[in-house]
Amino acid sequence: MTDSKYFTTTKKGEIFELKAELNSDKKEKKKEAVKKVIASMTVGKDVSALFPDVVNCMQTDNLELKKLVYLYLMNYAKSQPDMAIMAVNTFVKDCEDPNPLIRALAVRTMGCIRVDKITEYLCEPLRKCLKDEDPYVRKTAAVCVAKLHDINAQLVEDQGFLDTLKDLISDSNPMVVANAVAALSEIAESHPSSNLLDLNPQSINKLLTALNECTEWGQIFILDCLANYTPKDDREAQSICERVTPRLSHANSAVVLSAVKVLMKFMEMLSKDLDYYGTLLKKLAPPLVTLLSAEPELQYVALRNINLIVQKRPEILKHEMKVFFVKYNDPIYVKLEKLDIMIRLASQANIAQVLAELKEYATEVDVDFVRKAVRAIGRCAIKVEQSAERCVSTLLDLIQTKVNYVVQEAIVVIKDIFRKYPNKYESVIATLCENLDSLDEPEARAAMIWIVGEYAERIDNADELLEGFLEGFHDESTQVQLQLLTAIVKLFLKKPTETQELVQQVLSLATQDSDNPDLRDRGYIYWRLLSTDPVAAKEVVLAEKPLISEETDLIEPTLLDELICYIGTLASVYHKPPSAFVEGGRGVVHKSLPPRTASSESTESPETAPAGAPPGEQPDVIPAQGDLLGDLLNLDLGPPVSSPPLATTSVQMGAVDLLGGGLDSLIGGPNFVAPPAATVPASLGAPIGGGLSDLFDLTSGVGTLSGSYVAPKAVGSISMDLQLTNKALQVMTDFAIQFNRNSFGLAPAAPLQVHAPLSPNQTVEISLPLNTVGSVMKMEPLNNLQVAVKNNIDVFYFSTLYPLHILFVEDGKMDRQMFLATWKDIPNENEAQFQIRDCPLNAEAVSSKLQSSNIFTIAKRNVEGQDMLYQSLKLTNGIWVLAELRIQPGNPSFTLSLKCRAPEVSQHVYQAYETILKN
Amino acid sequence: MIHSLFLINSSGDIFLEKHWKSVVSRSVCDYFFEAQERATEAENVPPVIPTPHHYLLSVYRHKIFFVAVIQTEVPPLFVIEFLHRVVDTFQDYFGVCSEPVIKDNVVVVYEVLEEMLDNGFPLATESNILKELIKPPTILRTVVNTITGSTNVGDQLPTGQLSVVPWRRTGVKYTNNEAYFDVIEEIDAIIDKSGSTVTAEIQGVIDACVKLTGMPDLTLSFMNPRLLDDVSFHPCVRFKRWESERILSFIPPDGNFRLLSYHVSAQNLVAIPVYVKHNISFRDSSSLGRFEITVGPKQTMGKTIEGVMVTSQMPKGVLNMSLTPSQGTHTFDPVTKMLSWDVGKINPQKLPSLKGTMSLQAGASKPDENPTINLQFKIQQLAISGLKVNRLDMYGEKYKPFKGIKYMTKAGKFQVRT
Repeated sequence: MTDSKYFTTTKKGEIFELKAELNSDKKEKKKEAVKKVIASMTVGKDVSALFPDVVNCMQTDNLELKKLVYLYLMNYAKSQPDMAIMAVNTFVKDCEDPNPLIRALAVRTMGCIRVDKITEYLCEPLRKCLKDEDPYVRKTAAVCVAKLHDINAQLVEDQGFLDTLKDLISDSNPMVVANAVAALSEIAESHPSSNLLDLNPQSINKLLTALNECTEWGQIFILDCLANYTPKDDREAQSICERVTPRLSHANSAVVLSAVKVLMKFMEMLSKDLDYYGTLLKKLAPPLVTLLSAEPELQYVALRNINLIVQKRPEILKHEMKVFFVKYNDPIYVKLEKLDIMIRLASQANIAQVLAELKEYATEVDVDFVRKAVRAIGRCAIKVEQSAERCVSTLLDLIQTKVNYVVQEAIVVIKDIFRKYPNKYESVIATLCENLDSLDEPEARAAMIWIVGEYAERIDNADELLEGFLEGFHDESTQVQLQLLTAIVKLFLKKPTETQELVQQVLSLATQDSDNPDLRDRGYIYWRLLSTDPVAAKEVVLAEKPLISEETDLIEPTLLDELICYIGTLASVYHKPPSAFVEGGRGVVHKSLPPRTASSESTESPETAPAGAPPGEQPDVIPAQGDLLGDLLNLDLGPPVSSPPLATTSVQMGAVDLLGGGLDSLIGGPNFVAPPAATVPASLGAPIGGGLSDLFDLTSGVGTLSGSYVAPKAVGSISMDLQLTNKALQVMTDFAIQFNRNSFGLAPAAPLQVHAPLSPNQTVEISLPLNTVGSVMKMEPLNNLQVAVKNNIDVFYFSTLYPLHILFVEDGKMDRQMFLATWKDIPNENEAQFQIRDCPLNAEAVSSKLQSSNIFTIAKRNVEGQDMLYQSLKLTNGIWVLAELRIQPGNPSFTLSLKCRAPEVSQHVYQAYETILKN
Repeated sequence: MIHSLFLINSSGDIFLEKHWKSVVSRSVCDYFFEAQERATEAENVPPVIPTPHHYLLSVYRHKIFFVAVIQTEVPPLFVIEFLHRVVDTFQDYFGVCSEPVIKDNVVVVYEVLEEMLDNGFPLATESNILKELIKPPTILRTVVNTITGSTNVGDQLPTGQLSVVPWRRTGVKYTNNEAYFDVIEEIDAIIDKSGSTVTAEIQGVIDACVKLTGMPDLTLSFMNPRLLDDVSFHPCVRFKRWESERILSFIPPDGNFRLLSYHVSAQNLVAIPVYVKHNISFRDSSSLGRFEITVGPKQTMGKTIEGVMVTSQMPKGVLNMSLTPSQGTHTFDPVTKMLSWDVGKINPQKLPSLKGTMSLQAGASKPDENPTINLQFKIQQLAISGLKVNRLDMYGEKYKPFKGIKYMTKAGKFQVRT
């Protein structure tokens, strides 16, 4: 008798038969039928057609049947919302059952039914359950708040559930505390700015007490929550550390790692002279080592985190090298991580052992692993000088094996060793040259060519070798071509007499026959250098190279500090800050390690510490990848009033170029003018913040173009004002512009007219009329516009954010009745509320100001001394936005409620309001 | 928190899905299948896989992938630990955890999963408590249920849930009161060509089976507690007593549980109980190679080594092997190139050996990787670290329990390089 019988089907039609069974009078038959239904559901069959019949079985005293029906409801209520209402009564009744298990089960299930209409009925039972005498019910109810918040956040706030949840942190039962913390953390994640988990020494104390008594999972929640707290001084930090340390002995590795995170973070505040600091360091090692004896998946996560810990505090694991030795049947992902950590821990004391191991690994089967092992030997040589000689001889041994990929990897790392220790190991060049023919990977070929060029004077047949490579020049990858070019030029400078022909050949190949701009540019530079001033060429090309640093792949320190705060999370597995991959930048709060302080001083909370973000700015407005850039622009640009958080960001080219050369050209921002409503032309005064700089990869140094935007004076239609500055040394002609598809179909209405060629350092201003008939693609953010400007030199890409009010059309005034009906018709979850601060205007002024930008006031009411403006506007693509603006006379903060069928525009409409009202 | 769970068999079929929040389409598993295809072996599928909107965290056990889907930043260890717990629970409930068994018990599985997580938050993961909520299926119970119409879902609140000792239910009664402790140690070691130890460590656990009436309070002390480098306790153990007196003091859960796991790594303390003498040579010119290994006891404190099993992954160039063992049986799979030799007991007077020749691919150069020998063995009545339990006392109850302690040493990942 097994459940597999539930999967058997009959010819007659399964659903039909089940229906009959569900409506049977016999209890037993009913239950069997529900079980069959559940079984079908688990394997993904659609049994939603049975909804009414299953719900009918809910009214029962049989707990198992009830649970099964609940399971079914959770799965299908969403697709049958109207039917789900039928279940509400039973839920409400069950919430008052004398058996706490049933009360808890009912409140738990109700929260899982993601149907709006049900949530309304859920509030009252939930409120009761949150105050239930039985902690089992309370702890279940705490989680239910998080569920409800996920469905309808506004409702949870309005009903005051968040405060009740905060009160539960002081509950007498540790499980309730843990669940309350877990629920609050989850809610806080979707509201990064809210101060839900406002931690103070009292609440910390309660958490620490609960920590000892709650379940393992609860401990994880509490520890993760503790890690967000910043102790006021080192004494508090130490006392928290003391109470957290016992968690290191927990059997659950997630608890251990969360405890490690808290300790690593708070250790930062302790003085290194403290005895306790040393004790703590010693205590951290054994649990980390133990994590490595767990299942491979756990090991992997642990190793990724240990990688961070080792970089931050190498002293913790410096004696534990051996536990990272690779076993041959470890999964490959564990092997690679272990290898990485071995190199980080390599030092003079243990290098002999490490090398012996690495040599062992280099003969294994897995190609990826072998390559990494060979590379690791090179890294050891660079890191531990005393071992360099041994490493080189090991590498030579490996080259003798003639295994193709081993040889190639070895040559790549030997190149690095040459750079680190010049004029020391050149005796091995002969051996390397023997293997020239077997190299087929670009990286290895490039490395070998570099070696030949660099040591051309010692290799008798260097010219022959390089000539050999030159034969298939066009089939080589760019990397090899560039190296070959440089190597031959070096050779020529060292042995000018015999190699003139060769150098001419390579220069002409690079400059005339190649399509690659990098190669061409480099070719021209060498050519000119050689033809004008060979002495200078020698100084440039054969200049002494800077030594390469010891460790090549260390994580950048500020990122490392941030990642330490994220130990145990996905961020730590990917070694990227959460902002780089958490969906939509939602819930991203920068974390930083607490500064070390003396007992009396107080510190800022870590949340307020992120570098450079001007206070009051809404971080989610700027797209994640542009954070740094946006800040720089805002700092650099005009008057503070004119910088609402709109910034242009370069999408492809990244911030580096901007930092490199572009800041001086950031004069203004792109500016868009709304088609004014009446005949009065509206000028939007100061430029809107943001800017564009030369987004041009300047590897060749030939030229650069810079464009920026200044305030326009266009009337009646949408236009884009560009200011183009030629920063190159060359005349620019043949301008053309193209937009990428965008959210509102913005497209140039006319070609870009630049009448005269643009000579160096000349600036030209152009107003480009736009229309909205282009093709549409939803952008992120919505008002992002990607533009390409082409001229005779190159194509330049940039992206810009345009204010939404340029898209408000003149016939945006809605009829009153229509407004009322539409307002009611749009579901509540589409409503968004915003605060407009520091706007000293009165209702009339606001109304007329908005009207000039095509936001029409339909009605005005005065409620309890507040002016309520009801407004409507329409976008070029026909989307209506309804607004309610609440103005309290004498209060410069307005409340703006927006309702729209496409709620994603609300945020941008709000920004448009801000911009219009503040100009 | 944990959004959904998919169970996938090794041929890539999803045979069970469970969603704790909204339903995530099973198409999300396509990313997993991609990774599965890329990995050469099932063990090598990376445990964390990013997709555009979700993260997939997986564990691979009993030839089944347990894939959890998460959407927000959740500690991955938390998820992976939980997944392992799910597997353990299934095993505990059904004896084995396999696709047919899960399919046969799909309703119980579903009920159990529902009790284990609520909205993605772990709810009840202790198997004692789960078993009170949902009774594991037994043949007898299924028969009785069918006749009487009673259910396998408990209708009482699990009593332990709310007390200060959530791991133990109240009102436990036994006629025979007994407490058994098994000290089990696994040696992980890498031995190099010359027979010296590259690394060696001991992973030890103390598994307990306690069937005692009432609320017993136990203390367990060791002769040599300082041996232990790192310890992880069951939540019932009072950490303070351990810190100050090195005594394990606890109110035990009812039934089977893992009291303690520990780690001994200090090199000099780890005795290596066996040695392997090997002579494996591939000759360059001829297409024959020589193969000879002998296994013998080293530091066994006079105990017998049993259950010895030698496995080795031979290089690709080995076509076949013709070997003669002095005892036991051996097999060589010419496809996977896996050699295994079931040795059995080691008799110190007559050491087991395996000798013979390997036929190599003609013309090919000699294999450059050396096979690693993997060793399994068991030694009864010995904890190789030397850990010894001193005494076990019971307080809080009046009866006299029957106590027993067993020691065992096993090979964990015990590898000999050649």
